[in-house]
Amino acid sequence: MDFGAIFSAAFALIVGLDPAFLAIVGLSLRVTLTAVLIAALIGLPLGAALALARFRGRSAVIVCLNALMGLPPVVAGLVVFLLLSRSGPLGPLGLLFTPTAMILAQVLLVLPIVIALTRQTVEDLWGEYRDHLRSVGLEGVRAIPTLLFDGRFALATALLAGFGRASAEVGAVLIVGGNIAGYTRTMTTAITLETSKGDLPLALGLGLVLIALTLAINAVAFGASRIGARYAG
Amino acid sequence: MTPAMTHKNPKETTMTTTRRLLLATGFSAALTGLALAQTTTATPPAASTPAATGTRFITVSSTTSTQDSGLFGHILPLFKAKTGIEVRVVSQGTGQALDTGRRGDADVVFVHAKAQEEKFVAEGFGLERKPVMYNDFVLIGPKADPAGISGTKDIAAALVKIAEKGAPFVSRGDKSGTHSAELALWKVAGVDLAAKKGAWYREIGQGMGAALNTAGGMGAYVLADRGTWISFKNRGDLTIAVEGDRRLFNQYGVIAVNPAKHPHVKINDGQAFVNWLVGPEGQKAIADYKIEGQQLFFPNATQAGA
Amino acid sequence: MRDLASILPLDVRAVAFHGDGRRLVDGISFQLPAGGLTVILGPNGAGKSLTLRLCHGLLTPSEGRIAWARGAEGRNRRHAMVFQKPIMLRRSVEANVLHALAAAGVAGPERRERCRTALERFGLSERAGQAARLLSGGEQQRLAIARAWALRPELLFLDEPTSQLDPAATRQIEELLSGLVAEGITVLMSTHDLGQARRLASRVLFLHRGRLIANAPAADFFAGPASPEARAFLAGELIW
Repeated sequence: MDFGAIFSAAFALIVGLDPAFLAIVGLSLRVTLTAVLIAALIGLPLGAALALARFRGRSAVIVCLNALMGLPPVVAGLVVFLLLSRSGPLGPLGLLFTPTAMILAQVLLVLPIVIALTRQTVEDLWGEYRDHLRSVGLEGVRAIPTLLFDGRFALATALLAGFGRASAEVGAVLIVGGNIAGYTRTMTTAITLETSKGDLPLALGLGLVLIALTLAINAVAFGASRIGARYAG
Repeated sequence: MTPAMTHKNPKETTMTTTRRLLLATGFSAALTGLALAQTTTATPPAASTPAATGTRFITVSSTTSTQDSGLFGHILPLFKAKTGIEVRVVSQGTGQALDTGRRGDADVVFVHAKAQEEKFVAEGFGLERKPVMYNDFVLIGPKADPAGISGTKDIAAALVKIAEKGAPFVSRGDKSGTHSAELALWKVAGVDLAAKKGAWYREIGQGMGAALNTAGGMGAYVLADRGTWISFKNRGDLTIAVEGDRRLFNQYGVIAVNPAKHPHVKINDGQAFVNWLVGPEGQKAIADYKIEGQQLFFPNATQAGA
Repeated sequence: MRDLASILPLDVRAVAFHGDGRRLVDGISFQLPAGGLTVILGPNGAGKSLTLRLCHGLLTPSEGRIAWARGAEGRNRRHAMVFQKPIMLRRSVEANVLHALAAAGVAGPERRERCRTALERFGLSERAGQAARLLSGGEQQRLAIARAWALRPELLFLDEPTSQLDPAATRQIEELLSGLVAEGITVLMSTHDLGQARRLASRVLFLHRGRLIANAPAADFFAGPASPEARAFLAGELIW
């Protein structure tokens, strides 16, 4: 393997600003960030509610969620595929082989992570805050905004974990997106394609760009939470 | 006072409220999420109204060989320039590509396994199978040539030798057109795979490119379509061992999915693509696609019985 | 608009609380009139903290009842509580006070004004923007009191507020508490520190093993307690 070729391929991709390549990067970010955003909108309140609620079967739900964090992306992809296929229950929506389908599959992958980690974070925080919050009249659902806000740094890490899982996976988006050039081709499916075409330097070059992007996003988030933590204690 | 005591605050009302809200929050958030997901893409929600909103497109399920060889990258822009129809290609093995058509997830299938294609039409999933082009298969192998078949022309004899010597052989094993062709060739060679199959015969269940990568890594023989081989960049130690046998012929066909089975398919635009492919412009575009001066596919839409 | 009728006196009637199959407090009855600083005194495990939590509404009695002169539940209940270990939100000093006021439903402009006054009153103005959890132990407890004070309670519960503090900080908190009483706020606090009880209390409730053994003006209690347990406690013997 010629490592010079890999780096020059990666370099050419970045410097060349090839519109097709930029479209792939743009789509990857759009799909993954949207999926993480949706998973956050659903998962943060749901995870917090799960942390505070007491009901029969709660432990089973928690165990299931923790297990779902390891859901194989291919399985998530297959589930969404079967739902969205024209012959499936949601077929009439015509969403298979679209970015929306990829977002749905990734939401399915990210959601368990967000819910499970939010549950853990909020439950720990509630243990610490409970007396005070109940004293000032914040109980149950009314306590959730405070807990989510004060857990924001830990929760940001949970969202980053979700982002990492979604941006790195290829199994689900390949199945439900179809790797259509210029429409549903993401960084990871492009890497798969270039690998199968035998263009390994280009595949690894794309891989380097993906790693660099992930690194940049994590660095920004880490820096922000560090600065934030200094002010919030 | 022990800390355990403070946990005993069984206010039943609070808990039921929390539980109800847990459900409500989850449900409403899920709806919000779905709504958001819908708005993030500019695709029309229902395929039955193709040109009404957004891009006019059809979905074509095709094979890995047409994708990996780069043919579509060459011909689809020409079709779009002429008709304004965007062609979205999902590339899979032939078997899987036909299944995608069977489920109604594609408007057109473009594959290479005549028997499977005719079955698809006979079942009523496709309208009419039309021949488009051909190329040929080549038997690829390591330069060391452990089976001693390099440069021969008789594919049947070559396969017999590979089986006898137990030289490593990579099979697609994915019900693709190339896989079907490979199985047919073993039959022609009189090798009973079920009996002879051993550690030397490796089914990987992946696409053409992946099979070539694997063969390269293991120093194995592999049957490939010439188009993918020519455009394949990671050849390493691999080279053509056997080529030129008439039995290595590889015919591609195209079929529009039957709207009687799947009313939502875009029959007009799909048929337009089929007609263009088998018409003079499409045929010329296919013939014009070359890599390093080599033509990859040979149009033959007008050839009877292809 | 606000109903200014007092929530006091607080009437605690034959209250018991069960936990882990045991009666953790039992048969507690007393009246808490407006004014003064009442100390709940007793050894560790006597049920002091539990009694405060029952009164504040954090726990529901298993038996008996806790009655206010008028409604004192819900958002604006006009009694507040400060805990043994200060519970500081992961926010600035100022945001901690604002949060409690918002929870009590105090509107924006008034919220900011009351927060400013509270920080000033307790000498925390210069710390307003700092992270609350980075304050010293004494400052944190001061903030906890300021936060409770901003809610304008008639009655303030404090659960061993100085047990985790050094003597200097303890001194400071005690002075603050005397100031609150002078302001007219009724204080009910628990302590196991005899000296603190002597310094601050106008009235003493002596708890032992979950039962209320003495309820007397501080002067009387310290002059000659009626029960042998209280006498032993005052003599510095380890009782259980």
